[in-house]
Parts: sequence; structure tokens; C-alpha cells
Amino acid sequence: MALASWVVAFVVGTVVGVMRTLPGRILPSIGACYVELFRNVPLLVQLFVWFFVIPDVTPILGDWFKQQVPPIWQEFIAGTACLGLFTGARIAEQVRSGIGSLGPGQLGAGLALGLRRRQVYLLVLLPVAYRILIPTLTSEFLNLIKNTAVASTIGYLELAQRSASMAETTSRVYEAFAAATLLYAALNLLVMLLARALERSTALPGFLGGRK
Amino acid sequence: MAFDWSSIPGSLPILWQGMIVTLQITLVGALVGILLGTLLGMLRLSPSRLLSGLSAAYVTIFRSIPLVMVLFWFHLILIPLVAGLLFPGKRLELGFLTALTAFSLFEASYYAEIIRAGILSVTKDQFNAGLALGMKRGQVMRLVILPQAFRRMIPLLLTQAIILFQDSTLVYVINLDDFFRKAYNIGNTVGTLNELILFAGAVYLVICTLASGCVRQLHRKLTVLPVK
Repeated sequence: MALASWVVAFVVGTVVGVMRTLPGRILPSIGACYVELFRNVPLLVQLFVWFFVIPDVTPILGDWFKQQVPPIWQEFIAGTACLGLFTGARIAEQVRSGIGSLGPGQLGAGLALGLRRRQVYLLVLLPVAYRILIPTLTSEFLNLIKNTAVASTIGYLELAQRSASMAETTSRVYEAFAAATLLYAALNLLVMLLARALERSTALPGFLGGRK
Repeated sequence: MAFDWSSIPGSLPILWQGMIVTLQITLVGALVGILLGTLLGMLRLSPSRLLSGLSAAYVTIFRSIPLVMVLFWFHLILIPLVAGLLFPGKRLELGFLTALTAFSLFEASYYAEIIRAGILSVTKDQFNAGLALGMKRGQVMRLVILPQAFRRMIPLLLTQAIILFQDSTLVYVINLDDFFRKAYNIGNTVGTLNELILFAGAVYLVICTLASGCVRQLHRKLTVLPVK
């Protein structure tokens, strides 16, 4: 679930983040509205909206969703959509500041070379911005892993939930919770180590923290 | 599908009670969190290996565990255990206390990092200058470094408080009636769950947008020219 929502978050975050840096007024303000909306409503409330409200108010798709899709997948889909869009808003801010940190020079240079705006973004700005952003994106991913625990409150059978049911059957609360907590901590440490390796292998010479 | 908003005006008093619980958790969590966080942040920077190691361990542990798990831990194990030791044989209403303790200790680890960064943003020269004037280390910290650090940190501290305000909805998992849970319960009994969830979301949206707008203003006002 963390991986699936990460993909959603990454795509949404990039699109919205780029939108906020484009010229014109409409696209940047749509992007800004999206970010404000998703950052200023608590995650738990958003989960409830995805799980209860949206299937109820969308006519045909909602009925199909409630009747045909097995419960575990319902929870998975609702949870992924919610976490993905929630994290997407955060990533959008980071992509925006990453592109902003490159300065207008690179965009101008790309345009002067005869590239289209889309090409400049895809070939010049985004690759550089992502590399700069790896540390912050990592901490966002760690947050996402932790937030999957929140998603479990709507019932998705994942780590926290699984340990809760284990506790009911074996009535060994201490061990079950210790196990789940350790798992989360271990997962986070693992991601941290991987990210550090990734950071080192993609560091750009010439930037702070780049290879000497 | 049509929405039926008629159940909301009548339930406002109950929702307000929930909001008070939410605000109490936010306030206590932020205040105790900042106090403990300052302590942890200073310990982290202390010359003693042991103290800085302990503080680092505390911060890392709490930051790598999801808040929900922390709440569960306190709810199921720690608080009942402590209460059992202190007041054996009594059954107490512990939900609120649990939330306060868990949030304070949890937020302390986040505040500690903010405060550490704040202290580090004050240059070392100032510290040495204070020592050269004959002040003790504690005095330099209290009179020179911390006032400047806090001034720079205020926007971040407040932003973290807004996050705490949003995260306080998670007391849902330990059966405490905060604003959101009240809204959910009313919606469940009256049968207008969708409306109440959306209403609660709108309330959070308005409060948080206003609050973060204020923080932004304050940030602009507080920014001092960078000291070289």
C-alpha cells in the first residue's frame, strides 16, 4: 500500500508542483488550491471522506464499488487514493521549491536552445530537481509509511491491524504490539539507509553536498 | 444524491464540546512538547556523549514510530500500568490523560529537532563571546542563544502546532471524544454521516488555512536581517 500510494503521490505531486511554476494565473492557482485543501484537512478526516462519502455520492461507480469489490480491496483502494493524494500535495510543494531553487536561468537557457517548454521541464528541470529533492522526498516516504498505520483505522488489514487481531487470538498484547512497532521502526531505518545510498549515487557535482 | 444538512445546527453544542477537547490536547501537547523539546534539543548539543546520545535515541525512536502506534502503546500498556501502580484497584477514566501524555511526549521529539536546528542557526561566535564575557554555559544558553533561536523558530513551532491540531483527530483510535469523533458519532446515530464528515473537514480546513495564513504574516514580520 505504501508503494502504490507512493506512485500516485509522485505523479500527482509532480504534475501539481509543475503547474504551480507555470506562467499564467489559472493553472498555478488551481495547483495552490489543491495543496491548501489537502494540507489543511486532517488525514483521518480525508480517509473517512474517501471511505464513506465518496462511494456514497458517486452514483454508478459508487454502487459498483460497494457491491462488487471485495472489502479488503475497497479498503486498499480508498486508502491508496487517500494517502496518494494527501502525500501528493506535500510532494507538490517540494517539487515547486526544487524547481524554484534552480533559478530562472536554466529555463531560459533551455528555451533559448529551441526546446519547447515541456521538453525543458522533462529533460532539464525535473531531472535536476529530483536529485536535489531526494532527502526531502525520503522523509516524505517515511511519513507515508507511518501514515499507513492511520489507514488501518478504516480497517485495511496491514501491519497495525494484523497485530491487533493477533492480540485478540493469542491475548499477548505486549508481544504483538512490540512486534508491529519494531517492524515499523525497522522498515523506516531500512528506507533511510537505502535513500542515503541513492543520494550518494545520484549526487550532482558542483552543488552543496555533491561529490568533491 | 442529495445532502441533508439539517442535523448540523442542532448538534453544534455537542460538537463544540468535542472542539474543546481537541483544543486542550493541542495546547497541552504544544506547550509540554516545546518545554521537553527545548530540553532534549539542548541535551543533544551538550558536550557530554551520554546525554546527547540519550536525547538522539529518544528523538529517533519517537520519530520512526507512527503516532497511532504510540497512542496504542500508551492506551493499552503504559498508562494502565502506571495507573495500576499508583492507584491499585481503582478504575479510572484515562483516555484524556493518555492522549495528553502521548501527544506531549511524541511532539517533544519533533520540537526537539526544530529547536536543535534553531540553536544551531545562532553562530558559534556568539557562544564564545558570551563565555568570554565571563558567563557560565547555562547563562549563555538562556540569555543569548535561546532568545535568538526562539525568535527564528516561532513560525516553525506554530506550524508544528497546526500539524498537532490536525493529528489530534487520531485520538479516534483510543475512543476519546474529540471534535471529529463527536461529529462521526452524531452522523452515525442521525444517519447523516456524509454531511457531518464533510462539515468536520470544512471546519478543519477553515481553521488551519486561517492559522497558517497568520503564521505566514508573522513570519514576514519577525524576519530579522541576517546577522553575519
